[in-house]
Amino acid sequence: MSVEAPAKPRLKTSAMIASIAAEGQRTVAAPFGHALSKLAETKQNIVGMSADLAKYTDLHIFAANHPDRFYQMGMAEQLLMMSGAGMAREGFQPWLTTYAVFAARRAYDFLCLAIAEEGLDVKVCCALPGLTTGYGPSHQATEDLAIFRGMPDLTIVDPCDAIDIEQAVPQISDHKGAVYMRLLRGKVPAVLDEYDYKFELGKAKMLRDGADVLFISSGLMTMRTLEAADRLRADKVEAAVLHCPTIKPLDEKTIIEAVAARPGRLVVVAENHSVIGGLGEAVAACLLGSGTVPSGYRQIGLPDKFLDAGALPTLHDRYGISTDQVVARTLSWLG
Amino acid sequence: MSISATNMPVAELSRRAYNIRRHALKMGQVQGQGYVGQALGVADVLAVSYFRALTYRPGEPEWEGRDRFLLSIGHYAIALYAALIEAGVIPLEELETYGSDDSRLPMSGMASYTPGMEISGGSLGQGLGIAVGMGLGLKRKGSGQFVYNLMSDGELGEGSTWEAAASAAHWKLDNLITIVDFNNQQADGPSTQVLGMGDIAAKFAAFGWHAQFVDGNDMEALVEAFDKARELEDPRPRVIVADTLMGRGVPFLEEREKTHFIRVDEDEWDKAIEVLDAGYAAAAA
Repeated sequence: MSVEAPAKPRLKTSAMIASIAAEGQRTVAAPFGHALSKLAETKQNIVGMSADLAKYTDLHIFAANHPDRFYQMGMAEQLLMMSGAGMAREGFQPWLTTYAVFAARRAYDFLCLAIAEEGLDVKVCCALPGLTTGYGPSHQATEDLAIFRGMPDLTIVDPCDAIDIEQAVPQISDHKGAVYMRLLRGKVPAVLDEYDYKFELGKAKMLRDGADVLFISSGLMTMRTLEAADRLRADKVEAAVLHCPTIKPLDEKTIIEAVAARPGRLVVVAENHSVIGGLGEAVAACLLGSGTVPSGYRQIGLPDKFLDAGALPTLHDRYGISTDQVVARTLSWLG
Repeated sequence: MSISATNMPVAELSRRAYNIRRHALKMGQVQGQGYVGQALGVADVLAVSYFRALTYRPGEPEWEGRDRFLLSIGHYAIALYAALIEAGVIPLEELETYGSDDSRLPMSGMASYTPGMEISGGSLGQGLGIAVGMGLGLKRKGSGQFVYNLMSDGELGEGSTWEAAASAAHWKLDNLITIVDFNNQQADGPSTQVLGMGDIAAKFAAFGWHAQFVDGNDMEALVEAFDKARELEDPRPRVIVADTLMGRGVPFLEEREKTHFIRVDEDEWDKAIEVLDAGYAAAAA
């Protein structure tokens, strides 16, 4: 008589490229690559450059459609920034791609002095922002916003989904100057088309209103706050969601107005970034500076530590940025 | 009117180099400091660049048809200002504003301040990479102009320089000419002791460059090297390693204990100019 061994549960992956889409969520493939590719049909001065990560930043779509306008700069992020600066000096609009960790940690000086200080029209679009890979701290850009917010004359965009990215690309292109965009790549969820939403560079947008909690969020955390707001209704909690895709310059006016409109509302800032130096601190400084004091203020973000490797759902839960955690923590703060 | 690559004779180039040294000393005197040793050392290279090699319009520094000249070493701004004054891009009377508030001639070279200053170069190791981008951009535009990049031997210590060197060869940037000012002095001592690079020309050659090593204070050798770099029919980027002497043209500064920042006492500026004048007059006679 033979006894079958129980099937082993499939281990969860800590692979570098992990999807941020929830099971069954509607997605769009490579929205950045397609949007840039389409834009380049009308803007002849656009060129794409990558530091050996075109395939993993969706720039390969652009490269396939405009092969003569794609420049492979090799695994050399400092060179990527410098050569982008040189291209811009000759009248082109370079779109540079790499991973956020490498742009922020390794190539800061080059982006700062060769590009931003010179006021050059260069767009830096970087994949794996915040906690979007389980590959460990070498690839988790948990502090890129903190690093880049200090750079003068750099516009910073943290889009939520495929809709945001598609709409942001032409606007970023029209904005003359250095822009850093946190890039969601691969199969990117599409959620914002269910709201009356249009991306506007520099603007925060109220996606839904609610009397008890005001979520102010950027990047993929706006998906989570929208889901959390739905689920909180079961607990008779009405939550508003203010999506703030432009981190810098911050839309202070809209943020202050939203908080001032209902001073009794708990304000929760949620971001896919360390709680140090990102949207949470930016919003806090903006509110305190304007004398707009909410009844409560909380941050949902990644802890000030190097994070574990592991499967993304596990890690998002562990570090408090999963929808379950957003709901649970919000309820606990409301008492 | 454009100035284009000419056959200016060596004697005339030497006169230009002498003028560049004189402008630099005058500017140094204004502030009582400046990277004068480097300026004196690299003056011959700048004279050949601006009066033999480069095509440009002095009154129109952003003219599209110009050759680009990048000063990667922003610290050498005093040297480039001297050359730009000599070339007629910057008026001579501006010399006395050097390093002063609201001047177009700050101590470290910055692109937004100074006509003819193509990049801000104070953070070392950036010029060559920017030159790669500009070289690619010029080719995209179908331009036949060159990008010249003047860098220092100290910048060879920056890894970014070698990223750029590899890329320039990969992209076959035959429109890129970089000049390495090999004066063997950097902040903490002789470059060969701070971070020995061995045979610099051989290193570039191994990266796929056409490399020349010349006496950077020998006008005839410089002319030959620049002409060759420009006229070579070879799909490689070009480097001229120019072996220069800090303080060149002012013997008491040449002989001063060699440091990155040559000390010139207050009473020595006039003397330095006198010695330079006398030396030039003797050589020209």
